[in-house]
Amino acid sequence: MARIDVRKTYKLYIGGAFPRSESGHSYEVQDSKGKFVANAAKASRKDVRDAVVAARKAFPGWSGRTAYNRAQILYRIAEVMEDRRPQFVQAVQQSEGGSAAAAGRQVDEAIDRLVWYAGWADKLAQVVGNANPVAGPFFNHSAPEPTGVVGVLAPQSSSLLGLVSVVAPVIVTGNTTVVVSSYSRPLPAVTFAEVLATSDVPGGVVNLLTGDAASLGPWLAAHMDVNAIDLCGLAGDDAVTTELEVAAADNLKRVRRAPAAEPDWTAAPALSTMTDFLEIKTVWHPIGV
Amino acid sequence: MPVTASTAPSPGLSAYADVTASEASLRRFLHGLPGVDQVGAEARAAGLGTRSIKTTAKALALDLAITMVDLTTLEGQDTPGKVRALANKALRPDPADPTCPAVAAVCVYGDMVGVVKEVVGDKVNVAAVATAFPSGRASMEVKLADTREAVAAGADEIDMVIDRGAFLAGRYLQVYEEIVAVKEACGSAHLKVIFETGELQTYDNVRRASWLAMLAGTDFIKTSTGKVQPAATLPVTLVMLEAVRDFREATGVQIGVKPAGGIRTAKDAIKYLVMVNEVAGPDWLTPTWFRFGASTLLNELLMQRTKLATGRYSGPDYFTLD
Amino acid sequence: MNFEYAPAPESRAIVDIKPSYGLFIDGDFVDGHGTAFKSVNPATEETLAEIAEADAADVDRAVKAARKAFRGWSRMPGRERSKYLYRIARIIQERSRELAVLESIDNGKPIKESRDVDVPIVAAHFFYYAGWADKLEHAGLGANPQPLGVAGQVIPWNFPLLMLAWKIAPALACGNTVVLKPAETTPLTALLFAEICQQADLPNGVVNIVTGAGATGEALVTHPDVDKVAFTGSTGVGKAIARSIAGTDKKATLELGGKAANIVFDDAPIDQAVEGIVGGIFFNQGHVCCAGSRLLLQESVAEEVMAKLKRRMATLRVGDPLDKNTDIGAINSAAQLARIRALAEIGEDEGAERWSPPCELPSAGYWFPPTVFTGVSQAHRIAREEIFGPVLSVLTFRTPAEAVEKANNTPYGLSAGVWTEKGSRILFMADRLRAGVVWANTFNKFDPASPFGGYKESGYGREGGRQGLSAYLKAGA
Repeated sequence: MARIDVRKTYKLYIGGAFPRSESGHSYEVQDSKGKFVANAAKASRKDVRDAVVAARKAFPGWSGRTAYNRAQILYRIAEVMEDRRPQFVQAVQQSEGGSAAAAGRQVDEAIDRLVWYAGWADKLAQVVGNANPVAGPFFNHSAPEPTGVVGVLAPQSSSLLGLVSVVAPVIVTGNTTVVVSSYSRPLPAVTFAEVLATSDVPGGVVNLLTGDAASLGPWLAAHMDVNAIDLCGLAGDDAVTTELEVAAADNLKRVRRAPAAEPDWTAAPALSTMTDFLEIKTVWHPIGV
Repeated sequence: MPVTASTAPSPGLSAYADVTASEASLRRFLHGLPGVDQVGAEARAAGLGTRSIKTTAKALALDLAITMVDLTTLEGQDTPGKVRALANKALRPDPADPTCPAVAAVCVYGDMVGVVKEVVGDKVNVAAVATAFPSGRASMEVKLADTREAVAAGADEIDMVIDRGAFLAGRYLQVYEEIVAVKEACGSAHLKVIFETGELQTYDNVRRASWLAMLAGTDFIKTSTGKVQPAATLPVTLVMLEAVRDFREATGVQIGVKPAGGIRTAKDAIKYLVMVNEVAGPDWLTPTWFRFGASTLLNELLMQRTKLATGRYSGPDYFTLD
Repeated sequence: MNFEYAPAPESRAIVDIKPSYGLFIDGDFVDGHGTAFKSVNPATEETLAEIAEADAADVDRAVKAARKAFRGWSRMPGRERSKYLYRIARIIQERSRELAVLESIDNGKPIKESRDVDVPIVAAHFFYYAGWADKLEHAGLGANPQPLGVAGQVIPWNFPLLMLAWKIAPALACGNTVVLKPAETTPLTALLFAEICQQADLPNGVVNIVTGAGATGEALVTHPDVDKVAFTGSTGVGKAIARSIAGTDKKATLELGGKAANIVFDDAPIDQAVEGIVGGIFFNQGHVCCAGSRLLLQESVAEEVMAKLKRRMATLRVGDPLDKNTDIGAINSAAQLARIRALAEIGEDEGAERWSPPCELPSAGYWFPPTVFTGVSQAHRIAREEIFGPVLSVLTFRTPAEAVEKANNTPYGLSAGVWTEKGSRILFMADRLRAGVVWANTFNKFDPASPFGGYKESGYGREGGRQGLSAYLKAGA
């Protein structure tokens, strides 16, 4: 008799743990050809709420780490991804279709992107911060700081490279995040969460929810303890993104608007992927004896 | 004429007996005083300097400033003739105007005290610099002898210098004890303690020196000898005014302040008066509690005074050059 | 001895206020089509001038003028643009006394502040950004950064000319053209600035000034041909603007409210801290978004600081803004005075202890004495809401961690102050305070080279410095 395989239960990733959705709901995930692959947890507004609490809790610790340490941890994520490369290739291919080679290129690019962002941790302040020569006896400098808890609606198409491209720039600078993965292609995100859980990333720094961006987005956008939001996952849906931007204004979230269509993720990222979620803090001190 | 503030030991001062009991406790106390931020202190002084004192307020300020002048000559080339002339000027700063008040005191080296006294009698005080002025580099015996001699010659006020070397080396108790000893040698004469703030360099040191001298029983604290640059400045005087204000708050004892050296214009003098008024308070706005150590300042004050009275600018030829 | 300072009024003969003012559109003063309103001297309640109100059509004309001018202005070599800005800076310096007097008359702020703070920083701001106009490729946005287009700018009444400079100087340096709306209670220096643009021969339409109240501002920021919105004002209006531009491509810079903590540790330079507290809350009658309106005193030093603070407050001179010795001038408007009074009463009702030094207030005009509330807790409304007046709320703390927690416990995050002589503690605090500007052992310092702007509900974007440029540029192709 053929062996019965052990099927995986796809869960959420909140505060470093893998809970099922509080709502008990799950949804069917199909591969690119429409074949059933698995049931994924369908995150609810209460999962959003819990994830925000976890992200807020993790913020002081994560933003308080040295940049060097955050760089090491992001590099560690890349290492572990490299280690699990076949699994990611399979997940991407299953989700996005195409050849194994094409999926492999996506995975390689995603790993390289993490390495690229890892290197920014201890350089960005040198590039976007500066000493300010004020007209008086004062030491004055401006440096970037993380804005806080960032909601990220991850791209719908690019299930891994797109995801990494919106998550890495947020966390490398010290933000913590609540991410809603691609709705129809969530499996690479779940695998990515498992990598995060084993890569020295403190629990709560990245919280990954599988579910519907259009229904979870409004809760994130309106949440008064979320400091910023990336609407990328709703690219092309002008009506909903406008609604979310309006909701985000309630506590003046920094909003990274959705592009008209999902961009080519293989293009080199702009610095603004990071600086959009940074605050410039300027410190003055007298110079005297 | 000045009266002594601290003739009787104040009950407030006794609370500080422990402070001066040892080198260690004195150091702890002085280093425990709030720091002075240089930039903030200078900004505050500059801000007070923008006060605009006009018309009646200016007339009042000019006359007040004249009564606060310790008319000073401290030169190796001083002669009895020169000093006599200065003493006469102290009595009648503006011979053309009998309403012009006399200055507070004439400030000279100890050997000239008698010469001044002969001219001014009891109408104007005689102040003598002592304690190996201006360096303070002499033995304690010499400093005390210097003081006693000036007092014996009739000095009403003694302007002593502290041993800056000892102060900067952290030997605060030594400085304290010198002041106590000189104060005792002064007898009934008033003691002013000169810090030479230009050598102390930092405002923290100025504040510490102020408290040190006040605890030692001085009547006045004074910025400078006039022999070192910078001499008196507005921010240094600000820190000293804050010290006397705080000291009275803490002990009930009022101490006077004397900026000396470098105050040359009437406008500057008025800035100092504004500062006295707003930092220490109006109680200090009398020659009993505030003095200017100066020489050329007097003629500037007189010229401004004449301008105010006549409505036209005056010139140096109309004022005596003594 | 009583040393009374005689009145020392600055002459107002230097300013020539016209009976009425139009809008400045496309290089000319033109009539507005709304309902004209009056600008009042808040120190006397005297009407200064009648001001045209721009209606939506007037705003549209101004935006069209700016759009038309954008072509030439944005393509002009940076070094030429820079010379126009230098020209403006120089004229501001030459006419500084006139601008200062006019600002004090229209706003109510003391002449010593308009003369020594506002106007010099206005000139400095134009000088600073003038020098950027031909160096934009070094601004950090790549080799060929591009201006955004037409900027719609709405500014408040607390620093009328200074906020104008913060808005216009970087916008123009980057090659944008602007339509600016000054506050309805303080339009006069902006209109004098329009004359300065004419005097500088600035090309028509590069700067347009439309006067009016909220409706005019709304017409401007929602105008479909405005590419960039820059606003300084209340958090409420800032949120409304953020909503109104949702779903558009407009970029926004919002400088909004604050409730800054000014934190004094027991090892602070106390006398300078007292000056910083006084300057932090009473500068400009407390009409300052970054005002140090929450004083956090370490308990071990609270009594000493309060005694010194009260003594210092008693020396503050409240009165005629044009008197050179005035420290606190008039509250800008009857409406603002009513708001300050209402919140002060709430403070009393909620049990905080109110104190003001004895001070005689003029009978005409809008005045509020320097006021401090002690016994305030985080739950009091006067500890949470921006009063925007000369009212200080005093709270205490025991440890650095508690100070950080209380300082950050607000939806705002514009500025903060720290007073301690311990260097490592300054850096600890500066690191943890969630505020865009941290003043350590100083307060309320401004400089064109120093970025300014808030965290959280204090808005987004920075003004000043290199960061202030990127608010008016996009990366080029």
